[in-house]
Amino acid sequence: MARRILPGFPLALGITLVYVSIIVVLPLGALVFKAASLGFEDYWRIVSSPRAVASYRVTALSALAATAFNLVFGMALAWVLVRYRFPGRRFIDALVDLPFALPTAVAGIALTTLFAENGWFGSVPAHAGIKVAYTPLGIMVAMAFTSLPFIVRTVQPVLEDLDPALEEAAQTLGGSDRSIFLRVILPLLTPALLAGLSLSFARSLGEFGAIIFIAGNQPMSTEITALLAFIRLEEYDYQAAAAIASVLLITAFLMLAITNILQARALRYMARG
Amino acid sequence: MSNPVKGRPPRVGDAPAFRRTLIGIVLALVAIVIIAPLAVIGYQAFSQGLQVYAAAIAHPDTLHAIGLTVVTALIAVPINTAFGVAAAWAITKFDFWGRRFLLVVIEIPFSISPIVAGVAYLFVYGLQGLFGPALDSADIKILFALPGIVLASMFVTAPFVARELIPLMQAQGRDLEEAATSLGASGWRTFFSVTLPNIRWALLYGVVLCNARVMGEFGAVSVVSGNIRGQTNTLPLHIELLYHDYQTAGAFAAASILALLAVVTLIAKVLLERQGAGRARRRPGLAAPAVAPKTASAEVSS
Repeated sequence: MARRILPGFPLALGITLVYVSIIVVLPLGALVFKAASLGFEDYWRIVSSPRAVASYRVTALSALAATAFNLVFGMALAWVLVRYRFPGRRFIDALVDLPFALPTAVAGIALTTLFAENGWFGSVPAHAGIKVAYTPLGIMVAMAFTSLPFIVRTVQPVLEDLDPALEEAAQTLGGSDRSIFLRVILPLLTPALLAGLSLSFARSLGEFGAIIFIAGNQPMSTEITALLAFIRLEEYDYQAAAAIASVLLITAFLMLAITNILQARALRYMARG
Repeated sequence: MSNPVKGRPPRVGDAPAFRRTLIGIVLALVAIVIIAPLAVIGYQAFSQGLQVYAAAIAHPDTLHAIGLTVVTALIAVPINTAFGVAAAWAITKFDFWGRRFLLVVIEIPFSISPIVAGVAYLFVYGLQGLFGPALDSADIKILFALPGIVLASMFVTAPFVARELIPLMQAQGRDLEEAATSLGASGWRTFFSVTLPNIRWALLYGVVLCNARVMGEFGAVSVVSGNIRGQTNTLPLHIELLYHDYQTAGAFAAASILALLAVVTLIAKVLLERQGAGRARRRPGLAAPAVAPKTASAEVSS
């Protein structure tokens, strides 16, 4: 081990380990312990029940749709902020982080009011018979809102650092804007886009506060997995709550692993460029 | 490089028609997705006039919720800050076995649904949890009381301060501190006179973001607080209660306080970013599982 010149190592590491153990490791350990104490058959019965499976479906599909929307919108937003100069650009740039700064319950009631049938936006599709609030579409809206900054903030720095010479070379060779974007720029953005996508998707899978207001929360159709865990708790069915929460926990760890791999690749890519 | 528009041949996407259309579409979407939610909060909060608004804010339950939220932040944020500084000091100033792993563990709360965090705390301090029965017989209340709310808030914000400091302190290296100690400064003196001035903006940045999240946390707190009106309702929980009671104006009045907090946080963020904060870590603002030292090393090497 390297020699230590600076003081404070035992104290700093001690505080860190105590804090992490009590605040992070202990509760997660207790949850895993509780879920594991169920035994495989009971566990499987709970996590594969039709209501649970329906909740995974609506959560995953809404998260996919929200992430797809954010892919296009987030990318366009990053592009506009980096490549164009227009009045109010800095203001918009600062506003991009609003979904992270706004408490989710506040976002939830605001979006529900906007997208309810008599709301500013909900009334438009309502003419065509399309309801947004209290349907899976509403879940998608809430997820898209809360995870929007991820794609913008991962793509933006890469777009800023993009070497203009690459585009110029492609232009000299007679490439159209469209083909240069698709064949030169997009491939360079791909690692950052993938990292942003996985962050956005992971956040959508775990989101709770913004969604429960707008979702309608009907079992089998608009009930997300996080809410099902919450409902099981309120019914004092602690085993089922532990089992369903453990599914979310395992998914989060999987997404964390994927995100870390993608981010490491994106960073290596940036460092090389 | 800094200005891609002037003094260059047009780059991809610079055709005026395309440019204007894209800016138009994006601004319209920003108005719908980001500005409208903020506007509707203000609109609804004041929809029944200033008096109703003032009465809603001055309601004892709302005032209690504001007080509880502030107290929670006053406890959770300083403890979290001390932890963040200690973690950053240990991780960036020393090499030790398990350093990388420790970083991953610190970042875990970012990836976990707040509901999972709440449920997990129930299995530690609840009656059906590890310490629940012992705490109950000793008559110590953690859950459905202030300690539970503070603990759950500390879980969801555990990485906030550390994540701002680690990449910055990693990039700054150890030379200055080593020079100070070799000249005879004590550890504390070295920290306060050498390290702190270099990290103060990033530290403040982390504290601001941490505070915003603590005051706005909903999911984790809603599991552990028990939602007792006038007792364990924080402001976000109180908003939910009012909203489901069909007291829309009251709910939005309470929400407007938190929306104002969000706007102030964004302004503080912009001002601190001008001082260089948040730059060592080029990734999303409030909730990203990060690989912090990799970021720092990537930026140093590029």
